[in-house]
Amino acid sequence: MFDAVARNITFLLGGFAVTLELTFFALTGGIALGALVGLGRISTNKWIYQPVTLYVNFIRNMPLILVIFWFYFVMPIIAGRPLNPFLSAVISFIIFEATYFGEIFRAGYQSISKDLTSAAYSTGMTYSQTARYILIPVAFRRMLPSLITQSIVTFQDTSLAFVIGLQEFVRRTSIVDNLEVRSIQLFGFVAIIFFIFCFIGSKISRHFEEKGRKLGMI
Amino acid sequence: MIEIKNVNKWFGDFQVLTDINETIERGQTVVICGPSGSGKSTLLRCINGLEPYQKGEILVDGISLSDSKTNLYKLRENIGMVFQRFELYPHMTALQNISLAPMKVRKLSKDKAEKKAMELLKRVGIPDKAEAYPANLSGGQQQRVAIARSLAMEPKYMMFDEPTSALDPEMIKEVLDVMIALAKEGMTMLCVTHEMGFAREVADEIIFMDYGKIVERGTYEEFFENPKSERAKEFLKQIL
Repeated sequence: MFDAVARNITFLLGGFAVTLELTFFALTGGIALGALVGLGRISTNKWIYQPVTLYVNFIRNMPLILVIFWFYFVMPIIAGRPLNPFLSAVISFIIFEATYFGEIFRAGYQSISKDLTSAAYSTGMTYSQTARYILIPVAFRRMLPSLITQSIVTFQDTSLAFVIGLQEFVRRTSIVDNLEVRSIQLFGFVAIIFFIFCFIGSKISRHFEEKGRKLGMI
Repeated sequence: MIEIKNVNKWFGDFQVLTDINETIERGQTVVICGPSGSGKSTLLRCINGLEPYQKGEILVDGISLSDSKTNLYKLRENIGMVFQRFELYPHMTALQNISLAPMKVRKLSKDKAEKKAMELLKRVGIPDKAEAYPANLSGGQQQRVAIARSLAMEPKYMMFDEPTSALDPEMIKEVLDVMIALAKEGMTMLCVTHEMGFAREVADEIIFMDYGKIVERGTYEEFFENPKSERAKEFLKQIL
């Protein structure tokens, strides 16, 4: 039933490894930049708030595929040399996903009531103690389900990198399909793999959501 | 002793506190009442440095809050505060809520801090709730944990910002009983509350505020039985 898959398994899994790598870098960069973007979005300094908000609104109203395309075709003109597709894809994803993670962080930061901070202060705790023991753990627990969900979305989104010729999972499957002509079987295999990973991810997200709800934190 | 001298505070153009003068001696219990938006909570927040004021001076045991050399964190160790919505740390058990500050600020060992937290839970009547998370406690129990959390730092002063107004009627008493016991033990207290029974039992002085000003002050009898200002009479008619 999966004969074409079995014949090309090493090549296909090599593509899946690229997908995982791309996801890893996109998430690491996207979450790190997103945490800063979230801070920028709650800044009271308009020189920080306004540019960050413009960036977030602009990218969030743009299809991801356009960001990937634009970056891949425009950057070589600016850089003066062609960019390798993997690096180009990683940077595009970081730019794109950071806006979504940024909004999750913003909501997390804003979910902390002023009085909760005051309560910690009034026991004599300093700002850094309050941030470390109260604000960050509480905000993080509230954000965790959304962070996991957005990570799953990022994982799925990486397949769009095939448009710039990156040999990730979907691209390699389509290469194999051109030789084997077994579309249903091959793309069915891809779908199953994606489904398994995303399903596990959504279960984990759900688990933390339930846990947060029990503690009355969400 | 807390001395409030001619304090004025603005939020932008809006004046929230106007010429506030008050002295609270050690061992006294002062009740502040007044309509919402009259500046009662803001005044409490100014006293432990959670809000700045623009004019006048507040001295806690002779130390000025507006002096830039004053370490506000250190000062707050002496002033406990209890909030209307409890504000317990939702990710920690009752015991952890109480023992956190003694461990992190006073550097007490975990054993000592938890032993002390247990004693405080006994004092507020819920030692069996030590391992419970705030979400699994009733409002009255949460507020008692919040009081215990403040007491764990052995403060010289306790401030209460409408501690019973978010509670169901049947839970008000359990919180007030803890507060009354505290007042009778000699704690210096500043309470924003409209609980008449509490005021009658323990208040040395009642302050009535309106539009950011202290309109009237006096003992329980003077204020409740014989209010002088029209505004206070009107207010009392509404809450009694």
